[in-house]
Amino acid sequence: MLDDFMTRATLAGVGVAFAAAPLGCFVVWRRMAYFGDATAHAAILGVALSLALEMSIFAGAMGVALVMAMTVTLLAGRGYAMDTLLGVLAHSALAFGLVAVSFLSGIRIDLMAYLFGDILAVSRSDLLVIWGGAICVVTLIGWRWSALLTATLNEELAYASGLNPKREQLFLTVALAITVAVAIKVVGVLLIAAMLIIPAAAARGLARTPEAMAGIAAAIGAISAVAGLQGAYLFDTPAGPSIVCVAAILFAALNILHLPNRGMR
Amino acid sequence: MSLISIQNLNIAYGGNEVLRNVSLHLDPGEIVTIVGPNGSGKTSLLRAIIGATRPVSGSVTLKPRLCIGYVPQRLHIDPTLPITVERFMRLTQGVTRAQCRTALETAGVPDLLKRQMSNLSGGQFQRVMLAHALINRPEVLLLDEATQGLDQPGSAAFYQQIEQVRQDTGCAILMISHELHVVMSASDRVICLNGHVCCEGTPAVVASAPEYRALFGTGTGGALALYRHDHDHHHDHDHHHGHGHTSPNSNDKTTEAAE
Repeated sequence: MLDDFMTRATLAGVGVAFAAAPLGCFVVWRRMAYFGDATAHAAILGVALSLALEMSIFAGAMGVALVMAMTVTLLAGRGYAMDTLLGVLAHSALAFGLVAVSFLSGIRIDLMAYLFGDILAVSRSDLLVIWGGAICVVTLIGWRWSALLTATLNEELAYASGLNPKREQLFLTVALAITVAVAIKVVGVLLIAAMLIIPAAAARGLARTPEAMAGIAAAIGAISAVAGLQGAYLFDTPAGPSIVCVAAILFAALNILHLPNRGMR
Repeated sequence: MSLISIQNLNIAYGGNEVLRNVSLHLDPGEIVTIVGPNGSGKTSLLRAIIGATRPVSGSVTLKPRLCIGYVPQRLHIDPTLPITVERFMRLTQGVTRAQCRTALETAGVPDLLKRQMSNLSGGQFQRVMLAHALINRPEVLLLDEATQGLDQPGSAAFYQQIEQVRQDTGCAILMISHELHVVMSASDRVICLNGHVCCEGTPAVVASAPEYRALFGTGTGGALALYRHDHDHHHDHDHHHGHGHTSPNSNDKTTEAAE
């Protein structure tokens, strides 16, 4: 059944949706949307390095994403406001990445594939990497779930319960780097943050607990992946952006449905 | 043995000294209040106790395996984070629903279990925070301006609840507050902090100490004895505080007269 490229693409999309859902909730709750974007943009530099050094793109992208995320965490609170810092780092990383790719003249690279994903070209081994990464992310976040929630609610509260919020932040950073690395093939570096944020934000109105929100976000992400791919096939549109479009439409629809109860916030 | 014992604590943020040579202790079952103007290092002191701030020098010694309940200053829950009171209370591993009920009853807010945290009133919210702090039967309760945002009857009721909690559970309480008139009567000891320990003792002793007067003026003594400000007194700090000795004919006197 994995011989069919549509099946492989669907499985890849659903895998990324599952990894992105719980992580995306934390990105939304902790207001890390731009942080996710910066980390994802840095991954294009990782792609260029991987191609130059002829190593696995997954490893290269994850490595650079991790370095980027750590750098941001280290520099935070040292002079510049967080959004300024992220603005500088995110766009610099993207620009350096694009310049680095242009140096690789020997190899013909389809840049669009890394910027917007190339989900229809997912191979069996890609699928293995994507699902392996997704399971890692879900396990990691599941293991730290309560601690991460406590640290998200209040730093002092976490310290008083014997947790170290900085350590919990590190777990999120690692999960983010893995997610970015596995999602490149599916939606590309420019739209990874969308897969993190949109399903989680869409799930907010339907959920009464954090767990429910993560679960509903996973469902919305998976539906977007499946429907987006079908749409892309039907209308001959680019697959990655089509997936994000479906997620955005679901977000808008759910928000309009819940407009009357907005007071509950 | 003291539950918390702090020796010669110094804390600085990037060369900016916040606490200088602070020593204090908290014994089982006592209620100690730390008062001090804004920026006097009260919150830094609590952060040092829970291990969130590393001291430059000095030591914070907790009784081994000390269970601490913490009520933060103001907890902002992001509106994008849905969470019920029950789920919040059960963030600590192994807490049962029955334990949640008991803790909420102790804190004076039964029946909130299914409510969204974001829908609670200020008073309910702080009581849920208190219940959350109580759930592990702590030996020490730390409160950081826990009544901020409550009106006066609300905070008076809150502090009554705190005293009730001490009676019921016997836990020691260390709290920060600027609502002196409410807090002072409920405390066994008061520590007046302004970068260093200005003065400490029973509420009556502290309220009549010149250092305390210099920081808070004379109007905040509540039901305590009328006090004439001593203008010979020189305190070696800058006090950017509303009440001070600069205006002898200010409201302070009128407040005193009213009392």
